Amino acid sequence: MGDTSENLVEIRGLKFSRGPRAVFDGLDLTLRRGEITAIMGPSGTGKTTLLRLITRQLIPQAGSIHVDGVDIATLNQRDLYQLRQRFGMLFQNGALLTDLTVFENVAFPLREHTKLSQRLIRHIVLTKLHAVGLRGAAGMMPAELSGGMARRVALARAMVMDPDILIYDEPFVGLDPISMGVIVRLVRRMNDALGITSIIVSHDVEEVATVADRSFLLSEGKVAASGSPDELKTASSELVRQFMHGMADGPVAFHYEAPSYEEQLLGRDAE
Amino acid sequence: MKRVARDIYDQSVEFIRTFGAFQLFFLRLLRHSPSLLVTRFPVVIKQVYNAGALSLVIIMVCGLFVGAVLALQAYSNMSIFNAEDWTGVAAHLALVKELGPVMTAILFAARAGTALTSEIGLMKATDQLAAMEMMAVDPVRRVLVPRFLGGVISMPLLAAVFSAVGMFGAHLVGVELFQVDVGSFWQQIQLVAEKADVNEGIIKSIVFGFAASVIAVWEGYNAVPTAEGVGRATTRTVVITAIAVLVFDFMITAALI
Repeated sequence: MGDTSENLVEIRGLKFSRGPRAVFDGLDLTLRRGEITAIMGPSGTGKTTLLRLITRQLIPQAGSIHVDGVDIATLNQRDLYQLRQRFGMLFQNGALLTDLTVFENVAFPLREHTKLSQRLIRHIVLTKLHAVGLRGAAGMMPAELSGGMARRVALARAMVMDPDILIYDEPFVGLDPISMGVIVRLVRRMNDALGITSIIVSHDVEEVATVADRSFLLSEGKVAASGSPDELKTASSELVRQFMHGMADGPVAFHYEAPSYEEQLLGRDAE
Repeated sequence: MKRVARDIYDQSVEFIRTFGAFQLFFLRLLRHSPSLLVTRFPVVIKQVYNAGALSLVIIMVCGLFVGAVLALQAYSNMSIFNAEDWTGVAAHLALVKELGPVMTAILFAARAGTALTSEIGLMKATDQLAAMEMMAVDPVRRVLVPRFLGGVISMPLLAAVFSAVGMFGAHLVGVELFQVDVGSFWQQIQLVAEKADVNEGIIKSIVFGFAASVIAVWEGYNAVPTAEGVGRATTRTVVITAIAVLVFDFMITAALI
Protein backbone atom coordinates (compact mmCIF):
# COMPACT_ATOMS: atom_id res chain seq x y z
CA MET A 1 0.00 0.00 0.00
CA GLY A 2 0.99 3.62 -0.13
CA ASP A 3 1.38 3.90 -3.89
CA THR A 4 1.85 7.58 -4.61
CA SER A 5 0.77 7.51 -8.25
CA GLU A 6 -1.97 9.85 -9.42
CA ASN A 7 -4.46 7.01 -9.77
CA LEU A 8 -6.04 5.77 -6.55
CA VAL A 9 -8.43 3.20 -8.01
CA GLU A 10 -7.75 1.34 -11.25
CA ILE A 11 -10.31 -1.03 -12.70
CA ARG A 12 -9.34 -3.14 -15.68
CA GLY A 13 -11.44 -5.57 -17.72
CA LEU A 14 -14.03 -5.93 -14.96
CA LYS A 15 -16.70 -8.55 -15.56
CA PHE A 16 -19.56 -9.15 -13.18
CA SER A 17 -22.87 -10.90 -13.73
CA ARG A 18 -26.02 -11.41 -11.70
CA GLY A 19 -27.44 -14.68 -12.94
CA PRO A 20 -27.50 -14.59 -16.74
CA ARG A 21 -27.41 -10.76 -16.85
CA ALA A 22 -23.98 -9.20 -17.34
CA VAL A 23 -23.78 -6.06 -15.19
CA PHE A 24 -20.22 -5.25 -16.27
CA ASP A 25 -18.61 -6.62 -19.37
CA GLY A 26 -15.00 -5.52 -19.54
CA LEU A 27 -15.27 -2.23 -17.62
CA ASP A 28 -12.16 -0.01 -17.50
CA LEU A 29 -12.16 2.95 -15.14
CA THR A 30 -9.60 5.03 -13.27
CA LEU A 31 -10.25 7.26 -10.26
CA ARG A 32 -7.69 9.95 -9.55
CA ARG A 33 -6.34 10.80 -6.12
CA GLY A 34 -7.80 13.90 -4.46
CA GLU A 35 -10.63 14.29 -6.96
CA ILE A 36 -14.37 14.04 -6.61
CA THR A 37 -15.49 11.50 -9.15
CA ALA A 38 -19.13 10.97 -10.00
CA ILE A 39 -20.44 7.65 -11.31
CA MET A 40 -23.67 8.28 -13.17
CA GLY A 41 -25.98 6.30 -15.37
CA PRO A 42 -29.56 5.19 -15.84
CA SER A 43 -31.16 2.92 -13.25
CA GLY A 44 -29.93 -0.65 -13.29
CA THR A 45 -26.55 0.09 -14.85
CA GLY A 46 -24.73 -1.22 -11.78
CA LYS A 47 -23.53 1.97 -10.10
CA THR A 48 -24.06 0.68 -6.57
CA THR A 49 -22.70 -2.71 -7.64
CA LEU A 50 -19.54 -0.95 -8.80
CA LEU A 51 -19.10 0.65 -5.34
CA ARG A 52 -19.53 -2.75 -3.73
CA LEU A 53 -16.93 -4.22 -6.07
CA ILE A 54 -14.43 -1.42 -5.32
CA THR A 55 -14.85 -2.09 -1.59
CA ARG A 56 -14.81 -5.89 -2.14
CA GLN A 57 -18.24 -6.44 -0.72
CA LEU A 58 -18.66 -8.27 -4.02
CA ILE A 59 -16.05 -10.21 -5.97
CA PRO A 60 -15.79 -9.84 -9.77
CA GLN A 61 -15.86 -12.85 -12.07
CA ALA A 62 -12.96 -11.45 -14.11
CA GLY A 63 -10.71 -8.42 -14.30
CA SER A 64 -8.84 -6.57 -11.58
CA ILE A 65 -9.42 -3.74 -9.14
CA HIS A 66 -6.36 -2.01 -7.70
CA VAL A 67 -6.79 0.40 -4.79
CA ASP A 68 -3.68 2.43 -4.01
CA GLY A 69 -1.65 -0.04 -6.06
CA VAL A 70 -2.96 -3.15 -4.29
CA ASP A 71 -5.01 -5.79 -6.06
CA ILE A 72 -7.87 -6.09 -3.58
CA ALA A 73 -8.70 -9.64 -4.73
CA THR A 74 -5.44 -10.84 -3.15
CA LEU A 75 -6.10 -9.42 0.33
CA ASN A 76 -6.88 -11.67 3.28
CA GLN A 77 -9.56 -10.56 5.74
CA ARG A 78 -7.11 -8.75 8.04
CA ASP A 79 -5.52 -6.77 5.24
CA LEU A 80 -8.92 -6.07 3.71
CA TYR A 81 -10.18 -4.67 7.03
CA GLN A 82 -7.03 -2.57 7.29
CA LEU A 83 -7.73 -1.16 3.85
CA ARG A 84 -11.37 -0.56 4.73
CA GLN A 85 -10.33 1.55 7.69
CA ARG A 86 -9.17 4.03 5.06
CA PHE A 87 -12.64 4.03 3.49
CA GLY A 88 -15.74 5.85 4.63
CA MET A 89 -18.96 4.80 3.00
CA LEU A 90 -22.33 6.50 3.02
CA PHE A 91 -25.04 3.96 2.23
CA GLN A 92 -28.17 4.87 0.32
CA ASN A 93 -30.42 4.39 3.37
CA GLY A 94 -27.84 5.49 5.94
CA ALA A 95 -27.49 1.95 7.40
CA LEU A 96 -27.34 3.29 10.97
CA LEU A 97 -27.21 0.67 13.71
CA THR A 98 -30.75 0.77 15.01
CA ASP A 99 -29.96 -0.27 18.59
CA LEU A 100 -27.51 2.60 19.15
CA THR A 101 -28.12 6.32 19.61
CA VAL A 102 -26.94 8.84 17.04
CA PHE A 103 -23.92 9.61 19.23
CA GLU A 104 -23.02 5.92 19.63
CA ASN A 105 -23.46 5.32 15.91
CA VAL A 106 -20.90 7.98 15.09
CA ALA A 107 -18.63 6.81 17.92
CA PHE A 108 -18.89 3.16 16.79
CA PRO A 109 -15.79 3.04 14.52
CA LEU A 110 -13.72 4.92 17.10
CA ARG A 111 -14.69 2.51 19.87
CA GLU A 112 -13.96 -0.49 17.63
CA HIS A 113 -10.62 0.61 16.25
CA THR A 114 -9.01 3.03 18.69
CA LYS A 115 -8.20 3.22 22.38
CA LEU A 116 -9.04 6.91 22.65
CA SER A 117 -10.32 8.26 25.95
CA GLN A 118 -14.06 8.80 26.43
CA ARG A 119 -13.42 12.52 26.56
CA LEU A 120 -11.63 12.57 23.21
CA ILE A 121 -14.22 10.31 21.58
CA ARG A 122 -16.96 12.66 22.79
CA HIS A 123 -15.05 15.63 21.41
CA ILE A 124 -14.53 14.03 17.97
CA VAL A 125 -18.11 12.77 17.70
CA LEU A 126 -19.61 16.15 18.62
CA THR A 127 -17.32 17.85 16.09
CA LYS A 128 -18.47 15.54 13.31
CA LEU A 129 -22.13 15.87 14.30
CA HIS A 130 -21.74 19.63 14.39
CA ALA A 131 -20.31 19.53 10.85
CA VAL A 132 -23.50 17.89 9.58
CA GLY A 133 -25.72 20.12 11.73
CA LEU A 134 -26.99 17.39 14.04
CA ARG A 135 -25.12 17.97 17.29
CA GLY A 136 -28.52 18.53 18.90
CA ALA A 137 -29.71 15.09 17.81
CA ALA A 138 -26.88 13.20 19.53
CA GLY A 139 -29.18 11.51 22.03
CA MET A 140 -31.84 10.45 19.52
CA MET A 141 -32.37 6.92 18.22
CA PRO A 142 -32.18 6.26 14.44
CA ALA A 143 -35.92 5.47 14.34
CA GLU A 144 -36.64 9.04 15.46
CA LEU A 145 -34.73 10.60 12.53
CA SER A 146 -36.08 11.61 9.14
CA GLY A 147 -34.47 10.03 6.07
CA GLY A 148 -32.38 13.12 5.43
CA MET A 149 -31.22 13.35 9.04
CA ALA A 150 -30.26 9.65 9.04
CA ARG A 151 -28.18 10.26 5.91
CA ARG A 152 -26.39 13.16 7.59
CA VAL A 153 -25.65 11.09 10.69
CA ALA A 154 -24.31 8.35 8.42
CA LEU A 155 -22.09 10.96 6.76
CA ALA A 156 -20.75 12.00 10.16
CA ARG A 157 -20.03 8.35 10.91
CA ALA A 158 -18.32 7.88 7.53
CA MET A 159 -16.05 10.86 8.31
CA VAL A 160 -15.26 10.02 11.90
CA MET A 161 -12.12 7.99 11.20
CA ASP A 162 -10.81 10.71 8.83
CA PRO A 163 -10.75 8.36 5.82
CA ASP A 164 -8.66 8.75 2.67
CA ILE A 165 -11.54 7.71 0.42
CA LEU A 166 -15.17 8.67 0.94
CA ILE A 167 -17.79 6.78 -1.01
CA TYR A 168 -21.29 8.21 -1.34
CA ASP A 169 -24.11 6.04 -2.61
CA GLU A 170 -26.90 8.37 -3.76
CA PRO A 171 -26.13 11.04 -1.14
CA PHE A 172 -28.66 13.58 -2.38
CA VAL A 173 -31.78 11.41 -2.50
CA GLY A 174 -34.52 12.51 -0.10
CA LEU A 175 -32.71 15.60 1.19
CA ASP A 176 -34.48 18.94 1.46
CA PRO A 177 -32.86 21.75 -0.57
CA ILE A 178 -31.13 23.24 2.49
CA SER A 179 -29.62 19.92 3.60
CA MET A 180 -28.63 19.17 0.02
CA GLY A 181 -26.82 22.48 -0.28
CA VAL A 182 -25.03 21.84 3.01
CA ILE A 183 -24.01 18.31 1.99
CA VAL A 184 -22.77 19.45 -1.41
CA ARG A 185 -20.68 22.16 0.27
CA LEU A 186 -19.43 19.69 2.87
CA VAL A 187 -18.33 17.17 0.24
CA ARG A 188 -16.44 19.84 -1.64
CA ARG A 189 -14.89 21.35 1.47
CA MET A 190 -13.71 18.02 2.88
CA ASN A 191 -12.13 17.09 -0.40
CA ASP A 192 -10.26 20.36 -0.72
CA ALA A 193 -9.26 20.77 2.93
CA LEU A 194 -8.37 17.18 3.81
CA GLY A 195 -7.24 15.90 0.41
CA ILE A 196 -9.80 13.10 0.47
CA THR A 197 -10.72 11.23 -2.67
CA SER A 198 -14.47 11.03 -3.12
CA ILE A 199 -16.60 8.74 -5.24
CA ILE A 200 -20.23 9.74 -5.69
CA VAL A 201 -22.91 7.59 -7.23
CA SER A 202 -25.83 9.80 -8.09
CA HIS A 203 -28.68 10.52 -10.47
CA ASP A 204 -28.78 14.20 -9.58
CA VAL A 205 -27.09 15.73 -12.60
CA GLU A 206 -27.34 19.31 -11.29
CA GLU A 207 -25.85 18.60 -7.86
CA VAL A 208 -23.12 16.41 -9.30
CA ALA A 209 -22.25 19.17 -11.77
CA THR A 210 -21.61 21.59 -8.91
CA VAL A 211 -19.39 19.26 -6.93
CA ALA A 212 -17.67 16.68 -9.17
CA ASP A 213 -14.31 17.13 -10.85
CA ARG A 214 -14.91 14.26 -13.24
CA SER A 215 -17.88 12.10 -14.15
CA PHE A 216 -18.28 8.69 -15.68
CA LEU A 217 -21.48 7.72 -17.40
CA LEU A 218 -22.12 3.98 -17.34
CA SER A 219 -24.24 2.16 -19.86
CA GLU A 220 -24.53 -1.50 -20.85
CA GLY A 221 -21.70 -2.62 -18.58
CA LYS A 222 -19.14 -0.16 -19.86
CA VAL A 223 -18.14 3.50 -19.56
CA ALA A 224 -20.21 5.28 -22.19
CA ALA A 225 -18.62 8.70 -21.58
CA SER A 226 -16.32 10.46 -19.16
CA GLY A 227 -15.13 14.00 -18.52
CA SER A 228 -15.97 17.07 -16.48
CA PRO A 229 -19.70 17.67 -15.91
CA ASP A 230 -19.55 20.58 -18.38
CA GLU A 231 -17.94 18.38 -21.00
CA LEU A 232 -20.66 15.77 -20.54
CA LYS A 233 -23.39 18.40 -20.79
CA THR A 234 -22.12 19.55 -24.16
CA ALA A 235 -21.26 16.08 -25.46
CA SER A 236 -22.65 15.11 -28.84
CA SER A 237 -23.41 11.48 -27.95
CA GLU A 238 -27.16 10.89 -27.95
CA LEU A 239 -27.04 8.73 -24.84
CA VAL A 240 -25.07 11.34 -22.89
CA ARG A 241 -27.37 14.13 -24.03
CA GLN A 242 -30.47 12.15 -23.12
CA PHE A 243 -29.18 11.42 -19.62
CA MET A 244 -27.65 14.82 -18.85
CA HIS A 245 -30.72 16.71 -20.05
CA GLY A 246 -33.31 14.21 -18.77
CA MET A 247 -34.91 13.65 -22.17
CA ALA A 248 -37.69 11.04 -22.47
CA ASP A 249 -36.69 9.98 -25.98
CA GLY A 250 -33.30 8.57 -26.83
CA PRO A 251 -31.23 5.42 -26.86
CA VAL A 252 -32.17 4.56 -23.26
CA ALA A 253 -35.76 3.30 -23.37
CA PHE A 254 -38.12 4.26 -20.56
CA HIS A 255 -39.93 0.94 -20.87
CA TYR A 256 -38.34 -2.31 -19.79
CA GLU A 257 -38.10 -4.84 -22.61
CA ALA A 258 -41.58 -6.29 -23.18
CA PRO A 259 -43.68 -7.94 -25.90
CA SER A 260 -45.89 -5.79 -28.12
CA TYR A 261 -48.37 -3.76 -26.02
CA GLU A 262 -51.20 -4.36 -28.45
CA GLU A 263 -50.59 -8.10 -28.70
CA GLN A 264 -50.37 -8.39 -24.92
CA LEU A 265 -53.64 -6.48 -24.39
CA LEU A 266 -55.35 -8.69 -26.95
CA GLY A 267 -53.95 -11.74 -25.18
CA ARG A 268 -52.09 -12.99 -28.26
CA ASP A 269 -48.78 -13.23 -26.45
CA ALA A 270 -50.13 -16.13 -24.36
CA GLU A 271 -51.11 -18.18 -27.42
CA MET B 1 -36.18 -38.97 -16.35
CA LYS B 2 -32.82 -37.44 -17.13
CA ARG B 3 -34.12 -34.10 -15.90
CA VAL B 4 -35.35 -35.58 -12.62
CA ALA B 5 -31.97 -37.20 -12.05
CA ARG B 6 -30.28 -33.89 -12.86
CA ASP B 7 -32.54 -32.07 -10.39
CA ILE B 8 -31.82 -34.61 -7.65
CA TYR B 9 -28.09 -34.27 -8.34
CA ASP B 10 -28.26 -30.45 -8.22
CA GLN B 11 -30.29 -30.49 -5.01
CA SER B 12 -27.87 -32.95 -3.41
CA VAL B 13 -24.85 -30.85 -4.34
CA GLU B 14 -26.60 -27.73 -3.01
CA PHE B 15 -27.47 -29.51 0.25
CA ILE B 16 -23.90 -30.72 0.77
CA ARG B 17 -22.56 -27.24 -0.01
CA THR B 18 -24.99 -25.59 2.43
CA PHE B 19 -24.27 -28.16 5.12
CA GLY B 20 -20.52 -27.62 4.71
CA ALA B 21 -20.96 -23.85 4.90
CA PHE B 22 -23.12 -24.29 8.00
CA GLN B 23 -20.42 -26.35 9.71
CA LEU B 24 -17.75 -23.76 8.89
CA PHE B 25 -20.07 -21.05 10.20
CA PHE B 26 -20.60 -22.99 13.44
CA LEU B 27 -16.83 -23.43 13.86
CA ARG B 28 -16.37 -19.69 13.24
CA LEU B 29 -18.86 -18.90 16.01
CA LEU B 30 -17.11 -21.33 18.37
CA ARG B 31 -13.68 -19.91 17.54
CA HIS B 32 -14.72 -16.37 18.49
CA SER B 33 -16.81 -17.34 21.51
CA PRO B 34 -14.16 -17.69 24.28
CA SER B 35 -12.46 -14.36 23.57
CA LEU B 36 -15.79 -12.57 23.26
CA LEU B 37 -16.97 -13.94 26.59
CA VAL B 38 -13.98 -12.19 28.16
CA THR B 39 -13.77 -8.98 26.14
CA ARG B 40 -17.49 -8.28 25.68
CA PHE B 41 -19.06 -9.88 28.71
CA PRO B 42 -21.67 -7.09 29.23
CA VAL B 43 -22.85 -7.47 25.62
CA VAL B 44 -23.23 -11.24 26.11
CA ILE B 45 -25.16 -10.67 29.34
CA LYS B 46 -27.50 -8.33 27.48
CA GLN B 47 -28.16 -11.11 24.97
CA VAL B 48 -28.73 -13.62 27.80
CA TYR B 49 -31.36 -11.18 29.04
CA ASN B 50 -32.93 -10.87 25.57
CA ALA B 51 -32.96 -14.60 24.85
CA GLY B 52 -33.40 -15.90 28.38
CA ALA B 53 -35.11 -13.48 30.73
CA LEU B 54 -37.59 -12.33 28.10
CA SER B 55 -38.55 -15.97 27.42
CA LEU B 56 -39.23 -16.69 31.09
CA VAL B 57 -42.96 -15.99 31.06
CA ILE B 58 -43.75 -18.33 28.16
CA ILE B 59 -41.42 -21.01 29.59
CA MET B 60 -43.02 -20.81 33.05
CA VAL B 61 -46.60 -20.83 31.81
CA CYS B 62 -45.96 -23.75 29.46
CA GLY B 63 -43.94 -25.60 32.12
CA LEU B 64 -46.77 -25.24 34.63
CA PHE B 65 -49.35 -26.68 32.27
CA VAL B 66 -47.12 -29.45 30.90
CA GLY B 67 -46.37 -30.55 34.47
CA ALA B 68 -50.06 -30.38 35.34
CA VAL B 69 -51.07 -32.45 32.29
CA LEU B 70 -48.39 -35.03 33.03
CA ALA B 71 -49.73 -35.37 36.58
CA LEU B 72 -53.29 -35.69 35.28
CA GLN B 73 -52.30 -38.46 32.87
CA ALA B 74 -50.08 -40.21 35.39
CA TYR B 75 -52.69 -40.08 38.14
CA SER B 76 -55.52 -41.38 35.96
CA ASN B 77 -53.39 -44.33 34.77
CA MET B 78 -51.57 -45.08 38.05
CA SER B 79 -54.80 -45.07 40.06
CA ILE B 80 -55.90 -48.17 38.14
CA PHE B 81 -53.10 -50.03 39.93
CA ASN B 82 -53.48 -48.12 43.22
CA ALA B 83 -50.12 -46.51 42.54
CA GLU B 84 -51.19 -42.85 42.84
CA ASP B 85 -48.08 -42.12 44.94
CA TRP B 86 -46.03 -42.58 41.77
CA THR B 87 -47.68 -39.63 40.04
CA GLY B 88 -44.79 -37.36 40.98
CA VAL B 89 -42.18 -39.85 39.78
CA ALA B 90 -43.81 -40.13 36.37
CA ALA B 91 -43.99 -36.36 36.01
CA HIS B 92 -40.42 -35.95 37.27
CA LEU B 93 -38.88 -38.47 34.85
CA ALA B 94 -40.86 -37.17 31.87
CA LEU B 95 -39.97 -33.56 32.67
CA VAL B 96 -36.31 -33.87 33.58
CA LYS B 97 -35.28 -36.39 30.94
CA GLU B 98 -37.48 -35.46 28.00
CA LEU B 99 -40.10 -32.78 28.04
CA GLY B 100 -38.10 -30.15 29.94
CA PRO B 101 -35.24 -29.90 27.43
CA VAL B 102 -37.31 -30.69 24.32
CA MET B 103 -40.24 -28.37 25.03
CA THR B 104 -37.91 -25.60 26.20
CA ALA B 105 -35.84 -25.85 23.01
CA ILE B 106 -38.93 -25.69 20.80
CA LEU B 107 -40.40 -22.80 22.80
CA PHE B 108 -36.99 -21.11 22.75
CA ALA B 109 -36.93 -21.40 18.95
CA ALA B 110 -40.43 -19.96 18.74
CA ARG B 111 -39.78 -17.05 21.10
CA ALA B 112 -36.05 -16.19 21.09
CA GLY B 113 -34.91 -17.97 17.90
CA THR B 114 -37.39 -16.15 15.70
CA ALA B 115 -36.45 -12.84 17.35
CA LEU B 116 -32.77 -13.50 16.64
CA THR B 117 -33.37 -14.51 13.03
CA SER B 118 -35.62 -11.58 12.22
CA GLU B 119 -33.33 -9.08 13.98
CA ILE B 120 -30.24 -10.27 12.12
CA GLY B 121 -32.17 -10.62 8.86
CA LEU B 122 -33.48 -7.07 9.13
CA MET B 123 -30.00 -5.78 9.96
CA LYS B 124 -28.87 -7.41 6.74
CA ALA B 125 -31.80 -6.04 4.74
CA THR B 126 -31.11 -2.50 5.98
CA ASP B 127 -27.38 -2.74 5.16
CA GLN B 128 -26.34 -2.58 8.82
CA LEU B 129 -24.17 -5.68 8.46
CA ALA B 130 -22.66 -4.34 5.23
CA ALA B 131 -22.00 -1.02 6.99
CA MET B 132 -20.11 -2.88 9.72
CA GLU B 133 -18.08 -4.70 7.09
CA MET B 134 -17.26 -1.33 5.55
CA MET B 135 -16.20 0.00 8.96
CA ALA B 136 -13.80 -2.96 9.14
CA VAL B 137 -15.84 -4.58 11.90
CA ASP B 138 -16.59 -8.28 11.51
CA PRO B 139 -20.39 -8.64 11.90
CA VAL B 140 -19.98 -12.30 12.85
CA ARG B 141 -17.91 -11.30 15.87
CA ARG B 142 -19.78 -8.14 16.74
CA VAL B 143 -23.39 -9.20 16.13
CA LEU B 144 -23.73 -12.95 15.75
CA VAL B 145 -21.43 -14.39 18.41
CA PRO B 146 -22.94 -12.47 21.38
CA ARG B 147 -26.43 -13.53 20.29
CA PHE B 148 -25.30 -17.11 19.80
CA LEU B 149 -23.71 -17.14 23.27
CA GLY B 150 -26.82 -15.57 24.77
CA GLY B 151 -28.87 -18.48 23.45
CA VAL B 152 -26.35 -21.14 24.46
CA ILE B 153 -26.18 -19.84 28.05
CA SER B 154 -29.94 -19.28 28.37
CA MET B 155 -31.19 -22.64 27.13
CA PRO B 156 -30.05 -24.93 30.01
CA LEU B 157 -31.23 -22.33 32.55
CA LEU B 158 -34.63 -22.08 30.87
CA ALA B 159 -34.90 -25.89 30.75
CA ALA B 160 -34.19 -26.02 34.50
CA VAL B 161 -36.89 -23.41 35.14
CA PHE B 162 -39.32 -25.30 32.88
CA SER B 163 -38.77 -28.56 34.79
CA ALA B 164 -38.98 -26.87 38.20
CA VAL B 165 -42.22 -25.05 37.37
CA GLY B 166 -43.50 -28.25 35.73
CA MET B 167 -42.98 -30.12 38.98
CA PHE B 168 -44.88 -27.39 40.77
CA GLY B 169 -47.74 -27.90 38.28
CA ALA B 170 -47.61 -31.64 38.89
CA HIS B 171 -47.74 -30.99 42.64
CA LEU B 172 -50.80 -28.77 42.24
CA VAL B 173 -52.67 -31.46 40.32
CA GLY B 174 -51.41 -34.52 42.22
CA VAL B 175 -51.38 -33.20 45.78
CA GLU B 176 -53.84 -30.30 45.81
CA LEU B 177 -56.39 -31.57 43.29
CA PHE B 178 -56.27 -35.38 43.68
CA GLN B 179 -55.20 -35.38 47.31
CA VAL B 180 -52.15 -37.62 46.84
CA ASP B 181 -50.25 -37.58 50.11
CA VAL B 182 -47.66 -34.81 49.85
CA GLY B 183 -45.02 -36.85 51.68
CA SER B 184 -45.45 -39.86 49.39
CA PHE B 185 -45.54 -37.66 46.29
CA TRP B 186 -42.12 -36.14 46.96
CA GLN B 187 -40.57 -39.12 48.78
CA GLN B 188 -41.15 -41.44 45.82
CA ILE B 189 -39.34 -38.94 43.62
CA GLN B 190 -36.46 -38.83 46.07
CA LEU B 191 -36.25 -42.62 46.11
CA VAL B 192 -36.38 -43.08 42.35
CA ALA B 193 -34.59 -39.98 41.08
CA GLU B 194 -31.01 -40.57 40.01
CA LYS B 195 -28.25 -38.17 39.20
CA ALA B 196 -28.01 -39.74 35.74
CA ASP B 197 -31.56 -38.61 34.92
CA VAL B 198 -30.72 -35.02 35.74
CA ASN B 199 -27.42 -35.27 33.85
CA GLU B 200 -29.30 -36.55 30.79
CA GLY B 201 -31.56 -33.51 30.93
CA ILE B 202 -28.59 -31.18 31.34
CA ILE B 203 -26.71 -32.74 28.40
CA LYS B 204 -29.78 -32.48 26.20
CA SER B 205 -30.50 -28.87 27.11
CA ILE B 206 -26.88 -27.88 26.38
CA VAL B 207 -26.89 -29.65 22.99
CA PHE B 208 -30.30 -28.19 22.13
CA GLY B 209 -29.08 -24.74 23.18
CA PHE B 210 -26.18 -24.93 20.72
CA ALA B 211 -28.45 -26.28 17.97
CA ALA B 212 -31.27 -23.75 18.44
CA SER B 213 -28.88 -20.78 18.71
CA VAL B 214 -26.68 -21.61 15.73
CA ILE B 215 -29.73 -22.31 13.54
CA ALA B 216 -31.32 -18.98 14.52
CA VAL B 217 -28.23 -16.87 13.76
CA TRP B 218 -27.40 -18.84 10.59
CA GLU B 219 -30.88 -18.34 9.19
CA GLY B 220 -30.79 -14.62 9.98
CA TYR B 221 -27.33 -14.15 8.51
CA ASN B 222 -28.24 -16.01 5.32
CA ALA B 223 -31.75 -14.60 4.94
CA VAL B 224 -32.64 -13.13 1.56
CA PRO B 225 -32.59 -9.40 2.45
CA THR B 226 -36.24 -8.70 1.68
CA ALA B 227 -39.40 -8.70 3.81
CA GLU B 228 -40.40 -12.05 2.31
CA GLY B 229 -36.90 -13.47 2.73
CA VAL B 230 -36.72 -12.55 6.42
CA GLY B 231 -40.20 -14.02 6.95
CA ARG B 232 -39.17 -17.30 5.33
CA ALA B 233 -35.95 -17.43 7.33
CA THR B 234 -37.90 -16.93 10.56
CA THR B 235 -40.24 -19.80 9.70
CA ARG B 236 -37.28 -22.02 8.80
CA THR B 237 -35.70 -21.32 12.18
CA VAL B 238 -38.64 -22.85 14.02
CA VAL B 239 -39.09 -25.79 11.64
CA ILE B 240 -35.42 -26.75 11.42
CA THR B 241 -34.85 -26.32 15.16
CA ALA B 242 -37.85 -28.52 15.98
CA ILE B 243 -36.60 -31.26 13.66
CA ALA B 244 -32.99 -30.95 14.85
CA VAL B 245 -34.03 -31.07 18.51
CA LEU B 246 -36.08 -34.23 18.04
CA VAL B 247 -33.31 -35.94 16.05
CA PHE B 248 -30.68 -35.00 18.66
CA ASP B 249 -33.07 -36.10 21.41
CA PHE B 250 -33.30 -39.56 19.88
CA MET B 251 -29.53 -39.77 19.37
CA ILE B 252 -28.66 -38.68 22.91
CA THR B 253 -31.29 -40.93 24.50
CA ALA B 254 -30.05 -43.90 22.45
CA ALA B 255 -26.46 -43.14 23.42
CA LEU B 256 -27.22 -42.88 27.14
CA ILE B 257 -29.44 -45.96 27.49
